[in-house]
Amino acid sequence: MSRIHILAAATAVASAITLNGAFAQSGEVNLYSYRESKLLQPLTDAFTKDTGIKVNVVSASSGLEQRMKAEGANSPADVLLTVDIGRIDEAVQAGVTQPIKSEVIDKIVPAQYRDPEGHWAGLSMRARVIYASKDRVKQDAITYEELADPKWKGKICIRSGQHIYNNALFAAYVAHHGEAKAEEWLRGVKANLAQKPSGGDRETARDVAAGKCDLGIGNTYYWALMMDKDPDKKPWAEATKVILPTFAGKGTHVNLSGLLLAKNAPNRANGIKLIEWLAGEHAQQIYADANYEYPIRAGVAINPTIAGYGKLNADTLPISKIAASRKAASTLVDKVGFDN
Amino acid sequence: MTTMRIAEPAVSALAVFTAALVATPVIAIVILAAQPAPEVWSHLIDYVLPLALRDTTLLLFGVGLVALGAGAGSAWLISLHDFPGRGLLLWLLPLPLAIPTYIAAYVYVDLFEPLGLIHRTLTLWLSPRDALALLPNLRSLPGAILIIGIVLYPYVYLSARATFQLQSAEFAEAARTLGASRWNVFRRISLPMARPALAVGLALVALETLNDIGASEYLGVRTLTVSIFTTWLNRGSLAGAAQLSCLVLVIVAGLIVLERYGRRNAVTEFSSESPRLTARTALGGIKGWLAFAACALPVLLGFIVPLLFLLYQSVHRSLLTIDAAIWRDAFNSVTFAALATLVALALGFATILATRWRPGGWRSLSASIAQMGYALPGLVLALGLLTPVLMIDNGLNTLAAGLGLSLPGLVLMGSGTAVVTAYVIRFLAVPTGFIRAGFERIPLDYDDSARSAGASEITSVKRIHLPLLRPALLGAAIVVFVDCLKELPATLLLRPLNVETLATSIYQYASRGSFEDGALAALLIVAASIGPVAWLTRFSDIPQGPA
Repeated sequence: MSRIHILAAATAVASAITLNGAFAQSGEVNLYSYRESKLLQPLTDAFTKDTGIKVNVVSASSGLEQRMKAEGANSPADVLLTVDIGRIDEAVQAGVTQPIKSEVIDKIVPAQYRDPEGHWAGLSMRARVIYASKDRVKQDAITYEELADPKWKGKICIRSGQHIYNNALFAAYVAHHGEAKAEEWLRGVKANLAQKPSGGDRETARDVAAGKCDLGIGNTYYWALMMDKDPDKKPWAEATKVILPTFAGKGTHVNLSGLLLAKNAPNRANGIKLIEWLAGEHAQQIYADANYEYPIRAGVAINPTIAGYGKLNADTLPISKIAASRKAASTLVDKVGFDN
Repeated sequence: MTTMRIAEPAVSALAVFTAALVATPVIAIVILAAQPAPEVWSHLIDYVLPLALRDTTLLLFGVGLVALGAGAGSAWLISLHDFPGRGLLLWLLPLPLAIPTYIAAYVYVDLFEPLGLIHRTLTLWLSPRDALALLPNLRSLPGAILIIGIVLYPYVYLSARATFQLQSAEFAEAARTLGASRWNVFRRISLPMARPALAVGLALVALETLNDIGASEYLGVRTLTVSIFTTWLNRGSLAGAAQLSCLVLVIVAGLIVLERYGRRNAVTEFSSESPRLTARTALGGIKGWLAFAACALPVLLGFIVPLLFLLYQSVHRSLLTIDAAIWRDAFNSVTFAALATLVALALGFATILATRWRPGGWRSLSASIAQMGYALPGLVLALGLLTPVLMIDNGLNTLAAGLGLSLPGLVLMGSGTAVVTAYVIRFLAVPTGFIRAGFERIPLDYDDSARSAGASEITSVKRIHLPLLRPALLGAAIVVFVDCLKELPATLLLRPLNVETLATSIYQYASRGSFEDGALAALLIVAASIGPVAWLTRFSDIPQGPA
């Protein structure tokens, strides 16, 4: 009877998926990633080629540390890859990580970009910068503080103030200037917005290109990806220039893509191997080229498009200080009605 | 009768299991919500709840109005009038059901974005700046109302159409003879008589709106459902999310009560003996074309524009590069959907069979519970399923450790069983409803005759019920399968490692701001849904006897 056949086929398929799935096996490592699996593929393929270890990825744009927490002691996760310091902080707070304990990492990754207790290590950096209209913006330098200057009234575009990238930037502002000053600044920036915060950083560039606003706030790699990899969106990048802003008298706000070792990692050794490999020169070069990120280690060439923005003078504020101000920044965004 | 002694308890047990399965996520949510979450609540009350309640209420009302206007209006026109293009529209009007809300949102935002297709077209006549000023901001509450409403109106259309067709002619004709205008007949007679059907359609629209997360999130409308998502995943509070979920469940219950209230005193006049169906009034000339335009607009906006856009983007992008991952995603989608369909059909069948063999009592209660899953928003369902599923998984590991076996890992989560279970719970109402209706057409005499001829219960199921239920089973299978393909929130939260489905990959493309890259995946979902929707509604112009 054909129904039986369908059932048998379905069962076979289900077991195929199962076998493909999340079981702890010697030659595997399970990666929970905030970066989409497709962007990671050049890296994971190279890792498998170098080490013979298969990489299983689950990628999502939110909630991975909550998923690890819910899965508990039997979570298949070995390594968590985040694309910002907020998620690093949340994973550590959620208690789903363990110290990496790797001399290789301690040697390669600058102390500023790893946890003193070893719970996380930076993989790469991106800066939060300004996409300015080529036609309408003459200046080539700007401070974050200046974004609240009334001269930009109705001229600034930005995505949601609660988005992790803005949350980290605002948290850095709180850490530098204190909550009261930060609130005043946020109110000023809010008053300068051309429209309700929405979309992503690419749309922000588009809105500058279309003339909705003169200044957009976005990450370094989005602009480069549009310029080099996306013919449809190249005009958005071409109509804008990237300015590396700084905190007054200090550096540019950078965010980290980070690596964490899962507390209950079933393939702990392979997890550490993956983390060390990702910090290696080979991986860092792939990452810098394919994903347009600033490498975490010295001696790896920055992608030429990124290098074209000018020399990055990264803010030296410790990451832990930024993490500690995240809640305050989030509350301020709600308080001043930034997203309303 | 020996088989009955085995078959009946087994089927009843399955029915009870089914009811328990559907009830599990709700119970889990209530238990989770019982944990205190004071620090989250002060934040929720100060900043999140007022906005979420306001936006959810406005969204529900707005979408309801759009769906009522487009759905009831077109149903009335097409059921009681003849006009140019009517035959084609009859076929096209239900098709927006093939477009998931989130895909409609991605398409329209893309179309109307600055430097997008509409903007560039406008600049043929206007300066870029003037053209920019004309673009509506779809990332807003009004935008969300229009976009969600225009793809959900077929729920109202389909239910309204059935009643408009069956309303007997006498009432309308009597009113016309007494000098009432056509509009007054619609307002004072047709519409009130259609109220029960409209209530059913609108309740479905409201439940789908509450279920939506992809479109609302993308359009920047912070509904309660979106707030559950952010409270759990961004604020890290499972308890807070569960508490918000309870609030959503209260709204769902309210909607169901409203629906029942809307259906009160359902007009039964048109089920009197052989009612004479209303003859269709021919609309000629300009009136005919206006009627055509009024019915064509919802189809155009809710189906043709999104479809053409997806086709254009798929071709445009695929010429550059085709991503092989899409076939793997499609395979995963189809596998999950097929498994869920099989299980849902089996459980639905058992649930209804149990009530046929022994009507009333707890078996009927089980059947009622089994049908409640459709009211659970996918996100709430996933949240409620997560804890019990992981408890079983972790229990299995503890057991394995106790027995000295190697640890199996998270079996249910890791295998996709959690996703399939969520689909089964959410869409079980479909087979249950179809099979119940199917069984009602099989006289109990058949069962009795079979029994007196010495056939066992199992034989009569095999030889009588299943063959006669074939259309119902097939219809249910198609609807469940397509609904599973489209499902987003539960899939997003419960899918295992290394597994993307078409829906989740579209969502991920869109959340990175490059939805065009997911156009082909979206097209596959839409294409897979068109056939079934058209097939299911193909009889909609044949007057059917009162069910």
